[in-house]
Amino acid sequence: MADHAHDHAHDHAHDDHHDHEHHVDNFWTKYVFSIDHKMIAKQFLVTGMFMGIIGVFMSMLFRLQLAWPGESFPILETFLGKWAPDGVMDPNMYLALVTIHGTIMVFFVLTAGLSGTFSNLLIPLQIGARDMASGFLNMISYWFFAASSVVMVVSLFVETGPASGGWTVYPPLSALPQAMPGSGAGMTLWLVSMTLFIAGSLIGSLNYIVTVINLRTKGMSMTRLPLTIWAFLVTAILGVLSFPVLLSAALLLVFDRSMGTSFYLSDIMVAGEMLTNQGGSPILFEHLFWFLGHPEVYIILLPALGITSEVIATNSRKPIFGYRAMIGSILAIAFLSFIVWGHHMFITGMNPFLGSVFTFTTLLIAIPSAVKAFNYITTLWKGNIRFTPAMLFSIGLVSTFVAGGLTGIILGDSALDINVHDTYFVVAHFHIVMGLSAIFGMFAGVYHWFPKMYGRMMNKSMGYLHFWLTFVSAYGVFFPMHFTGLAGLPRRYYSNAEFPIFDELQDINVIITMFAIGGGIAQLIFIFNFFYSMWRGPKAPQNPWNSNTLEWTAPVEHIHGNWPGAIPEVHRWAYDYSKPGYDEDFVPQTTPLKDGEHAH
Amino acid sequence: MSGIMTLIVLVLAVLTALQLIRIFELSSKARQTAEYEVTDRDNNNQGWLMLLFGFGLIASFFWMLNAWLPVTLPKPASAHGTDYDNLMTISMLVIIAMFVLVQPILFYFAWKYRGAKDRKATYYEHNNRLEFIWTIVPAVVLAVLIIYGMTTWSNVMNPKNEQEPLVIEVYAQQFKWTARYAGQDNQLGYANVRLIKDANVIGVDTLDTKGGDDKITTEIHLPVGRPVLFKFRSQDVIHSAYFPHFRAQMNCVPGMTTQFQFTPTVTTAEMRQDAEVQAKVARINKIRTEKGLEAYAYDYVLLCNKICGSAHYNMQMNIVVESEAEYAKWLTEQKTVAETL
Repeated sequence: MADHAHDHAHDHAHDDHHDHEHHVDNFWTKYVFSIDHKMIAKQFLVTGMFMGIIGVFMSMLFRLQLAWPGESFPILETFLGKWAPDGVMDPNMYLALVTIHGTIMVFFVLTAGLSGTFSNLLIPLQIGARDMASGFLNMISYWFFAASSVVMVVSLFVETGPASGGWTVYPPLSALPQAMPGSGAGMTLWLVSMTLFIAGSLIGSLNYIVTVINLRTKGMSMTRLPLTIWAFLVTAILGVLSFPVLLSAALLLVFDRSMGTSFYLSDIMVAGEMLTNQGGSPILFEHLFWFLGHPEVYIILLPALGITSEVIATNSRKPIFGYRAMIGSILAIAFLSFIVWGHHMFITGMNPFLGSVFTFTTLLIAIPSAVKAFNYITTLWKGNIRFTPAMLFSIGLVSTFVAGGLTGIILGDSALDINVHDTYFVVAHFHIVMGLSAIFGMFAGVYHWFPKMYGRMMNKSMGYLHFWLTFVSAYGVFFPMHFTGLAGLPRRYYSNAEFPIFDELQDINVIITMFAIGGGIAQLIFIFNFFYSMWRGPKAPQNPWNSNTLEWTAPVEHIHGNWPGAIPEVHRWAYDYSKPGYDEDFVPQTTPLKDGEHAH
Repeated sequence: MSGIMTLIVLVLAVLTALQLIRIFELSSKARQTAEYEVTDRDNNNQGWLMLLFGFGLIASFFWMLNAWLPVTLPKPASAHGTDYDNLMTISMLVIIAMFVLVQPILFYFAWKYRGAKDRKATYYEHNNRLEFIWTIVPAVVLAVLIIYGMTTWSNVMNPKNEQEPLVIEVYAQQFKWTARYAGQDNQLGYANVRLIKDANVIGVDTLDTKGGDDKITTEIHLPVGRPVLFKFRSQDVIHSAYFPHFRAQMNCVPGMTTQFQFTPTVTTAEMRQDAEVQAKVARINKIRTEKGLEAYAYDYVLLCNKICGSAHYNMQMNIVVESEAEYAKWLTEQKTVAETL
């Protein structure tokens, strides 16, 4: 007891000191060059949302072209200028739009926007730390991301157009400006932007790992961590191990483009010009790219799954089912994700035996994924479900995770991949399992932790409307693509009018575009709700969802150091919801175990 | 003008949204709860919507199967294509079964356990037996699929040849295909992009004696029932030779040669007689007549399926499968490399 009091006093003294130190907070140190993890989280979120608006808007533009190829839309000329003379989109611009849409959504929205926001916001608050291990590196991490976003946006305005070789930027197409206009200055800026992005992401990830390992509060053992933190930790480890490989792939590509090396180039004649490059292999790039590229899928997905675990448990008023199995499956998925990259390359001509190996490892991932899905569903069973907008999006995530995961069993099978590789079947698969699931996880996170970020509540009814419009149009957009894929329609086709066999797919394309436009417009509801609630929403209570985790023990008003007094001590896991023996249907982690009470 | 209109619409939309929010807030105030609090009525409404969505999802899935299965690829035109389609059908049945089983359970639970203030959830944190079951069952199902898939893959990629396959090179460049037949000796002469000069458009080595009888063509003709070994090269960027009707695909990579072998089993003429294909062609021609396009008769086609530049979407070559006699006749009409260079 005496010790406790001492702690308290010490902490108070510490905090007084803190306050004093930060009295000089001005606009720049508070909102711009902040080293407070809560502010940095908000910076990531708002930047990610801004990029997301660009990315989604681009998809609406190219969907117009796909539904009504060759027709004139004045809006295209308004936004694309010389790339859409008389409102008809240029094929090069079509490829640029799909490329930048992919890049922005995968990296800027679902990697930085999702992981950057919630790792930053929740790691210190949920483990009971005053801030990240290094606030300064955290700030640097955001500013690298901000700079890379600026460069990516600038690349949209160069004379020869932005990068347009697909988000995977396979050389030689991306290496040779003669091969397509987008491989000129646009591609250079793409590489600069991604280099900055990777640097920022690495700094951020290292910080997350160090913080989780070292700064957990008293009593917060690894098996008491909320699953969000487990997901963020494993995500950060994946990033640290895989992003450097992409960086080296990108650097070698820079050398090939600008310094005459031949890492990826050999025996090429392009636009009538015989190149001198010899001995390189484009397949090398694919190996390096997908060594990141596949873990990247889980870098995107795991934080969304972590958020979902938290939201589903809290709103079912039940413990997450199979907590240890959930940790185990996160670890299994993370490990396997490093040895499956070859399933993106079954038909590159690599040794068929290698194809078999990658088929084996790839299909194994279905097992931990199935465990996760079943555990989510069992968490709902006999729950007392409270449908907050966050809960709706989390249930939506489970649905898309199952729907998209199942088609992975088709694509991960090298034999079946032969005929559906690079068709719309693939587009359907990864958009549902990775794109939708992750973005639903992100929405769930925003609705759930908005009160923690802004001290105000988002409007629930608008959240409901936003969810249902988004959910219906999401399936409406991507489900029909399975069928166009099975009809043999390749992805990244500017138009399918050149092949009469695809003529009967045009009606489906129109339906998809209708849903895409509807779903895109529905996001305005979210944006409106977000900014309206930020300034005008009702003031948030301290623990609006009756949640167990530590972030809700911190005051609504943000302060440096998160807790005014001592950091709370943790006595139990995060999922004691509706535990017998307690009147309330939640028992915060700070509540000591009663005599004879069983821990989970 | 349209700019001003857009602006007016936007302003009106924002005003509407503001009014809506006020309505939501006022009606919650009337019920003496905060707007953000989830009431029993909300849970009820959202629970029912979940159930409705679950039904809708499964119903629309079957509607799509019914409406759109006919637009997918018709029966395969190659020997291994049948094995491919069998594997696809079985794998599809497995995942469809999972889909129609798991999705309804999810939405049913969401509805069934919609919350109410006077209820309490059951504290149920884990059950090793259950978790064991749903680890082992998927593992067993996947083991079967993996073994079946690997066997098929291995048979497709390492075909056993009872007769010597016909060797054909498929040469890719932005944005067209060229084919080279191996000629009398059934051996392709050496070729490299560096040897491209004037009329020697795909860089055949004129000093290589195996190459003189090679024939360069702009269409692929294949004799039915004979295995064909395709060798792929690319001149500039990565392309992918996609033969959807034959369930075959292989990337064409600059600087290296790749290959894929299959045996065509259905001639173009026979395929055009197939009932399913005729129905498909009739539907397509109905669309084409409406658009004022010329009528279409079913053809096999080679597509590019790896992004390769601005005209990627129109990089194609016609493929004709015909009898051995028709094929021989066509081939004799083609000029050899020795004749053209």
